[in-house]
Amino acid sequence: MSSSVAVLLEACNVGKSFGGVQALKDVSLTIRANEIYGLIGPNGAGKTTFFNVLTGLYPRDGGEVLFDGRALDLANPYRVAEAGIARTFQNIRLFGSMTALENVMVGRHVRTRAGVFGAILRTPGQRAEEAAVKRRAQELLHYVGIPHRAEALARHLSYGDQRRLEIARALATEPKLLALDEPAAGMNATETAGLRQLIEGLRADGLTVLLIEHDVKLVMGLCDRVAVLDYGEKIAEDVPAVVQKDPKVIEAYLGGSIGG
Amino acid sequence: MDIFLQQIINGLTTGSVYAIVALGYTMVYGVIQLINFAHGDVVMVGAMVAFTVIMGVVGMGLPLPPFMIVLAGVLAAIPACMAVGFLLERAAYRPLRHAPRLAPLITAIGMSIILQQVALLIWGRDPRAFPQIMDNPSFAIGGAAISAVQIAIILLSVALMAGLTWFVYRTKFGIAMRATAENVNIAGLMGIDANRVIAGTFIIAAALGAVAGVMYGTYYGIAHYTMGFILGLKAFSAAVLGGIGNLAGAMLGGLLLGLVEALGAGYIGEFTDLCRWPVVSAMLAERCAADGHVVLFGSNYQDVFAFAVLILVLVFRPSGLLGERVSERA
Repeated sequence: MSSSVAVLLEACNVGKSFGGVQALKDVSLTIRANEIYGLIGPNGAGKTTFFNVLTGLYPRDGGEVLFDGRALDLANPYRVAEAGIARTFQNIRLFGSMTALENVMVGRHVRTRAGVFGAILRTPGQRAEEAAVKRRAQELLHYVGIPHRAEALARHLSYGDQRRLEIARALATEPKLLALDEPAAGMNATETAGLRQLIEGLRADGLTVLLIEHDVKLVMGLCDRVAVLDYGEKIAEDVPAVVQKDPKVIEAYLGGSIGG
Repeated sequence: MDIFLQQIINGLTTGSVYAIVALGYTMVYGVIQLINFAHGDVVMVGAMVAFTVIMGVVGMGLPLPPFMIVLAGVLAAIPACMAVGFLLERAAYRPLRHAPRLAPLITAIGMSIILQQVALLIWGRDPRAFPQIMDNPSFAIGGAAISAVQIAIILLSVALMAGLTWFVYRTKFGIAMRATAENVNIAGLMGIDANRVIAGTFIIAAALGAVAGVMYGTYYGIAHYTMGFILGLKAFSAAVLGGIGNLAGAMLGGLLLGLVEALGAGYIGEFTDLCRWPVVSAMLAERCAADGHVVLFGSNYQDVFAFAVLILVLVFRPSGLLGERVSERA
């Protein structure tokens, strides 16, 4: 591959163990700017653990992550958000007792100032900012296709809409890298097609997407490159066509051929 | 005089104060699941600081209207309490953020004792009377009386409750508070600095406590370094009654507790007057004839009601009137 392609994220030897279980063994991978990068592997391979370490939810045992040319401060989730990484969750984690609009407004936090005194004193700047936050949140709900659900409590949304809302909330942080943890899980074919369109649209708008997904068809059709984890180790990283034929990958998936 | 209506008015007054203090407990609990047992003592500090400033201003003999003097006291108490609240969080609770829950809880009790002892050093052991700088005219309504101070306390409390509700539901910081309360990690991923939100929550709770302290001191005309203990426990009971962590619950719990206490105090003497009950009064016929009343429990038992309510709630509805089931939070 040509070296002129800008690298957005570079993980070097990231390790994480839980008690005696080594969930991630020196995982290194490189995500280029504006690509859709897939992370696949059998259940328990460490995909979600990698996400959790990457976004500062789990403390890592070793390794470094360079993001946009700088070492990422993984000790604080809000620093990760500040740097420009946003994510969604495999098991949706919305603020259930807040409205859809408010959920997205929360995501604007990282790009605005939040002062308790400003909020009490109602400075004109603060008011203008809050109005802008609300406007942007409405735009994002529109972008993911659920503007009519703005005032509904997040926990009352349908499953597919909750997934969309999670993406809107993540986008509100203005990420450079959007990490999606099994966004198609539990979706029917129509919803998956819509999701695919949404992800392709995000890339067209300049985002880089990191995708964990079980729907192999979706991954192979959508991703520019794919990494495969197995027992916490990266066993392959290449374009989908090559990864699909990799014997180690086929073995990891219990001898079955992957892709369709 | 209409005892029932009078006790409703009195109950609403103290209940308003309980509600404002209870908000402080419930906000902090909502965000970090800590019962800040020192909160009652923050309220006490507010009353003490306001008292000192009011005395100082009165001592200067300026021709200020009484309202302005009290306002000066409130304006001094608020930043003082904010500072105390901020320090409590920063110095005592933040280092224990990830410790087992018992550790910060016991620390909170320790902080309560420290605040009391510091207040004892500064203001001494004797109760301080709030200076009588203004007349407190009473107005008759339907056979009962309501004083100007009572009206002021109820109105101010309603304004504070409305203001806080607006703040929590309509401002960015309020949304950050609710997000942090729901899930501190996910809120972090949205760029919310949990430390700032938690510190802000303590500061707001303390500011409310400061106003409550001045209201309480003005109403009873007295401030004392131990006043925060019982007041804090009652407000905590109110927060539990409403459902701890729930803002509307704290308001409702405070008002209900004030009413229960006032009505209890108003009627307990009558209900425990043995001469009222035929069987017993026959046995005590001589004394009843002589004194007219043989009362078992007087209105000085009023504190019992708040804690009886606490016990009943904990036994029959631990999540409180408006509280969610605990499992939903997990």
